[in-house]
Amino acid sequence: MEITYVYTKKRSEFGSQCNFTDRPVELLVDILPDPTVAASFIQRDLCNMPVQCVQQMSEHEINTERLETETEGVNHVEGGWPKDVNPQEQEQTTRFRKKVEKEESYIASLTILGSLMEHCIKQNNAINIYEEYYEEEEEVQESTEEPPTAKTLHVLKDPNDIKRTATSLSWHPDGGRKLAVSYCCLEFQRASKDMSFHSYIWNLEKPNKPQMTLKPSSPIVCLDYNPKDFHVLAGGCYNGQVAYWDTRKGSQPVEMSIIEQSHRDPVYKVIWLQSKTGTDCFSASTDGQVLWWDIRKLSEPTERLILDISKKGTLDGAAGATSLEFETTMPTKFMVGTENGMVIACNRKGKTPAEKISSTFCGHHGPVYALRRNPFYPKNFLSVADWIARIWSEDTKESSIMWTRYHMARLSDGCWSPTRPSQKEPTLSVKVCDEALYSLRVQDNGHILACGSQLGTATLLEISSGLCSLQRNEKALANEMFERESKREKILEARRRELRLKERGRSDQGKEEEPKEAEPQESTEDLVARAEKEFFQAIESERKKREQEQQKLQTPISTVKVEEAGKLVS
Amino acid sequence: MAEVEETLKRIQNQKGVQGIIIVNAEGIPIKTTLDNPTTVQYAGLIHQLVIKARSTVRDMDPQNDLTFLRIRSKKNEIMVAPDKEYFLIVIQNPTD
Repeated sequence: MEITYVYTKKRSEFGSQCNFTDRPVELLVDILPDPTVAASFIQRDLCNMPVQCVQQMSEHEINTERLETETEGVNHVEGGWPKDVNPQEQEQTTRFRKKVEKEESYIASLTILGSLMEHCIKQNNAINIYEEYYEEEEEVQESTEEPPTAKTLHVLKDPNDIKRTATSLSWHPDGGRKLAVSYCCLEFQRASKDMSFHSYIWNLEKPNKPQMTLKPSSPIVCLDYNPKDFHVLAGGCYNGQVAYWDTRKGSQPVEMSIIEQSHRDPVYKVIWLQSKTGTDCFSASTDGQVLWWDIRKLSEPTERLILDISKKGTLDGAAGATSLEFETTMPTKFMVGTENGMVIACNRKGKTPAEKISSTFCGHHGPVYALRRNPFYPKNFLSVADWIARIWSEDTKESSIMWTRYHMARLSDGCWSPTRPSQKEPTLSVKVCDEALYSLRVQDNGHILACGSQLGTATLLEISSGLCSLQRNEKALANEMFERESKREKILEARRRELRLKERGRSDQGKEEEPKEAEPQESTEDLVARAEKEFFQAIESERKKREQEQQKLQTPISTVKVEEAGKLVS
Repeated sequence: MAEVEETLKRIQNQKGVQGIIIVNAEGIPIKTTLDNPTTVQYAGLIHQLVIKARSTVRDMDPQNDLTFLRIRSKKNEIMVAPDKEYFLIVIQNPTD
């Protein structure tokens, strides 16, 4: 079909000027918005849409299988001799050597080499090129420049399948390159039959495999290296026996104490004593006894002490001991921490059991898990119980001179850093691993801290130098602090004594009135109720404080937004 | 022959020198002032080290060659002067 359009124009109009005329506006099309159509559309907030024309790539991580390395030595045997010379025969070798010495090339090269060597030797003798300049000036301690940190060095894992708690750690006394860890399942009667009894000695240079195994007849709860004889270790077992090992002689204990004479409960702590023979040690356990042993004769303890405050001398009233401390500078005194929160200081030289217990320190609410003396100030010691760590001075018996706040978790062990005598607040709390930490021990030079956990892994942390090197006036400061606190406690003690005397005076007068006798019986119940109320109140207030803090964290953000909106508006 | 002896004597008399070993290209000790087991150990170990060091230097630059090797340790210093056919090893305790 042909579409044609005919356009006609008169010939007389060709070439005439155009006459433009105005015309009113004519609406051609009017498309009204149809809101019903909008329903099939979705509104999008985003108006920026990035587009990239790049290859799609993905990231993937892999970890190779651990390479097992072992260090071994190589012994060299002579070789390289030409075929006709037998290296064993002296004659042939000397003949060969003489032949070589006569060659010309030998002489020539030797002269050159000799002069070269002489030059270097003289150089060495003239000046020590590796000399340390300015060695006398100690490096200026950058105090608190770096925030204190701790870095995990090694993780030593329990090689057995069934995991046991690493209950105690002991560093090798000579240089601290080895660590002895004892493993034991401390949950009452939950130990399965397959659980192995072994404990291990690890060498820090080979952290993948233990260097040596100790095989007792019952799991070891605590271990200690003999500070005089580095090959001997003493251990206390789960069944109450005490044994000792010699690492040169092998994995079996050299001797074990007889069950009848040993403790009736697991031995929680074993420590070596300072004696001329270097063979004495003593052990404490929850059956309330402290036994002294001479390892040459483990068939019966040399001495026995029953921890009984009322001084009756029988096993019934005794308090179970959970930790022990002994300071080498004070060889006759030692301290025991008990299950009911008391720390007892004892004197070994007392003649009767009554004299042996010299003083008691109360103040903890739960079993005392660790006791340590401060190596710089032997009169002060640290005790660690459930939620708190307290520092005590020997002179003030009523209460501790300093204590930390109630922590969230239970503290199970603590010890002094050997180089830094003052530690007030925990300057660093490190999350070492996911499971509960059970024991802690610091290496002798203070840099490395070993922690044992519930699942049997021992982690070695290296503490930053800010935390472990001694600062200049630190000793003086610490000294002042301890003295100040102990003075404060003494004053408090004196005041309390006065108050008590006054009360006694008053109660003497009031004894004639009988109703007062009925009061003491009720007051214990009242006291208990009051204590409970106070306890819950304290928890509630803590919780409220925490909630407030959380809210505070959220509110600053909202206030900032309001400000910004205000600015935009204005 | 006498020059060699003289050179060695001079070296031996220097301060701090603990021992001298002359090793040939195959690792056989020709002359030594130390006892046999020590000599054998030094000869074997240092020979390998010198060959490795030399090949390292020449790999980096084929025109280059190893002239001297010094191993400084906590207790002493081992100096090795290599040649095409022989090595001269001297163990010295640097004075300080």
